[in-house]
Amino acid sequence: MANLKTNLAGIKSPNPFWLASAPPTNSGYQIMKAFDAGWGGAVWKTLGVPVVNVSSRYGAVNHRDNRMVGFNNIELITDRPLADNLREIEEVKKRFPDHAVIASLMVETKEEWHQIVKDVENAGSDGIELNFGCPHGMCERGMGSAVGQEPKVLKTIVSWVKEVAKVPVIVKLTPNISDITRPGLAAVEGGGDAISLINTIQSIVGVDIDKFVPYPIVDGKSTNGGYCGPAVKPIALNMLKNCAQHPGINIPISGIGGVENWRDAVEFILLGATSVQVCTAVMHYGFGIIRELVSGLEQYMDDKGFKTLDDFRGKALPNIMHWEDLNLKYKVVANINKDKCIGCQLCYTACEDGAHQAIGLSSDMTDRKPFIIEENCVGCNLCSLVCPVEDCISMDRKDDGKEQLTWKDRTLAGNIPTTFDDPLAGGLHHWVPQPEEALTKVKPTHYSL
Amino acid sequence: MSEYKAPKSEKEFEENFSQIKPLMSNSEAYYESSRCLFCYDAPCVNACPTGIDIPLFIRQINTNNALGAAKTIYDSNTFGYACGKVCPTEVLCEGACVYNHQDVKPIEIGRLQSYATGKAIEKNHKIYTTGKPNGKKVAIIGAGPAGISCACDLRMYGCEVDIYEAKENPSGLTVYGVAPYKITNKEALDEMVYLEKQFGYKVHYKKPILTKSDLENLEKNYDAIFIGIGLGSTSALNIKGEELENCFGATEFVEKLRMNHHKVSVPKKVIVLGGGNTAMDAASESARMGSEKVILAYRRSKESMGAYEFEYVLAKGVGVKGVFNVSPLEILGKGKVEGVKFIRTQELNGKLENIAGSEFTESCDWVIKATGQSKQVELLSMIKGMELDKNGRIVVDSKSFSTKNPKYFAAGDAVSGGQEVVNAVADGRRAAKGIMDSIMK
Repeated sequence: MANLKTNLAGIKSPNPFWLASAPPTNSGYQIMKAFDAGWGGAVWKTLGVPVVNVSSRYGAVNHRDNRMVGFNNIELITDRPLADNLREIEEVKKRFPDHAVIASLMVETKEEWHQIVKDVENAGSDGIELNFGCPHGMCERGMGSAVGQEPKVLKTIVSWVKEVAKVPVIVKLTPNISDITRPGLAAVEGGGDAISLINTIQSIVGVDIDKFVPYPIVDGKSTNGGYCGPAVKPIALNMLKNCAQHPGINIPISGIGGVENWRDAVEFILLGATSVQVCTAVMHYGFGIIRELVSGLEQYMDDKGFKTLDDFRGKALPNIMHWEDLNLKYKVVANINKDKCIGCQLCYTACEDGAHQAIGLSSDMTDRKPFIIEENCVGCNLCSLVCPVEDCISMDRKDDGKEQLTWKDRTLAGNIPTTFDDPLAGGLHHWVPQPEEALTKVKPTHYSL
Repeated sequence: MSEYKAPKSEKEFEENFSQIKPLMSNSEAYYESSRCLFCYDAPCVNACPTGIDIPLFIRQINTNNALGAAKTIYDSNTFGYACGKVCPTEVLCEGACVYNHQDVKPIEIGRLQSYATGKAIEKNHKIYTTGKPNGKKVAIIGAGPAGISCACDLRMYGCEVDIYEAKENPSGLTVYGVAPYKITNKEALDEMVYLEKQFGYKVHYKKPILTKSDLENLEKNYDAIFIGIGLGSTSALNIKGEELENCFGATEFVEKLRMNHHKVSVPKKVIVLGGGNTAMDAASESARMGSEKVILAYRRSKESMGAYEFEYVLAKGVGVKGVFNVSPLEILGKGKVEGVKFIRTQELNGKLENIAGSEFTESCDWVIKATGQSKQVELLSMIKGMELDKNGRIVVDSKSFSTKNPKYFAAGDAVSGGQEVVNAVADGRRAAKGIMDSIMK
């Protein structure tokens, strides 16, 4: 039976599922409810000098009938007095001594940092998270992501906090930066005990084309917000990988960004995360999602024979290389299963218009099933992505697997294209139709403008 | 010629009785489960007599955790696969789905449920570990949904369990009584094999409990006895001609059909008497077996009919003709059924009355009685202190399911008078807790 106990830099929780610092952790009421439902930890909505928020605050990206696949907010840190929050932290910790309560903090001066650290520790917090990521509202005042984008400033502030902090200090990083390992390293150098990433991404989720203003609309006007939800997971996973693979970043990482179900959590853990933080999925479905997260993670671990999270943390990292280290000899070509094919022809049009014209259609109009033109197929696997039928398009390996040759190898051997018309060009011998053929190609009559 | 040809082979039988809830493919399950909103305090859960956490298992299917979904289902409903197929979901979970308020097709919860449990059964996936033996022994009479569900829970508590089943197969009406287009024999029995292997209760087939000494034996050798005997044979109509050949009960007809499939021969004209779900099933099955004219004769109005609307629509869909406000006076024929003499009825001041002078005769080859099943009063009367209500149903405590004889517990149709498989499962499991509270004192 899987053991989900988690210990992130000394912060213990019964499972790796934490609530992220956000509206769901605005009050002790909510966190109490979450712990009662089974969540392992919670990062309190960022404490500091309370703000005043606007009304409307959120926007969503809906993809067809898939609601809130992306979510953005223009809400700021807590608008509640510190005293209320501290009192509630105490209450929650008294009732749930074994669940992790982490206080997220954002203040300005050294004195303020020192004071608030002591306050939250006295209230019973198990850890502190430094908010260097708020991408709107606070950064304009020199806090939040303004700090996250300045490694020197970040390092300084972390060291201030470490002067007084008795509990572990997590540094939350902003993704609104070119190289996230720079602030990551700065966090380590400043003495941080762990990092968490990603905070929200600067974004505009959509524009009201009748009112000529983006969402969310505040009296006819708007501003950019912080993007999160399932849509941002790929950004988060990449940045997590960058930090986890960096030799200088040797502290635990809490993964944040679009975690909605157990598979997402496993992906984060495989890329090096020790705990995962969830916000959008809770705002969408409530704390009840924890029952799917826990049961799914346990089932996966039992299926694989993993007893603890340590058993598979970072297991995918050794398989992530630089592009130049990928094997150029590996070749796959697409294969369409004619029995499963339903004749939507999406693979045909994707390949024909968007890739390498390696899929053909029968001249018999009643046979709607496309076929692969193997000589043309470069194995890009676009068709397998657009095909709506499970296991219909597979990518079959064509090389014998005995040879390994990377771009790096070829470069060292002087065997790479260097001139514009180099005969070593990868696509030299790849057939491309003549331009004129595009105009003579038969297309459905309803496809003309 | 009727729309359906009388089936001459197993294959033709399967075609005539093609499943109304066929098994989903992986793609179907993925797309359908994507539609579920994951409601808060979902109405479907509240509508389920076994309280399965439906949004959870649907989301588990959607995130590629079908075995996890199977566990979620089996945690609440021992007959997870069977119920997914045979439950009247239209009036239970699917009928409660919030999409009904939005004119969107409700989630196909039943099919998703069978999809997930089907995966566990197919892989013989072990979910549960039975409890350490606690030294107690319980006897269960009847290997139907109530008895088997009770047995599984008792095994989790560590009891030794012996089930005494009169017939050759377990699962009761699931295999012997439910319409063949709802679940196949193989499906019903595969789940039984899966449960028996995992929970380790012992079933003694063709071992009915019939006599006082049978009962005394059980009382001597077991710490408690659970009665899951269900209902008895079809009740008598008490009209002239009932004893003619080719006049029989719906329950008996369906059982014969389930056990013999295409070997059963159904004549050209059949009259089914009754207005409940069993009548619908019997009529529908007769039509699918090639009967040309199947009449469903109910003595009250269509509005008063007890059957679920969707069951009636199903019957009509295969050509059954519903005739209402007709009451059978006599079954006509010499030696064999030749017809039924009816009289028309009407409701006056809340009472059903025959309309004088309105008699008429309808010819037929078979009369199938679907007007109710009797209770097994004979057996029950042999048990000391057993109390039955005026309808012959066993009186039990609503929490513990104990009868008035503290050694005996009961649930299922013998207590309810005739409900669904899911109700028997729910109550059978509650009874297991009642038994444990009692014998572990």
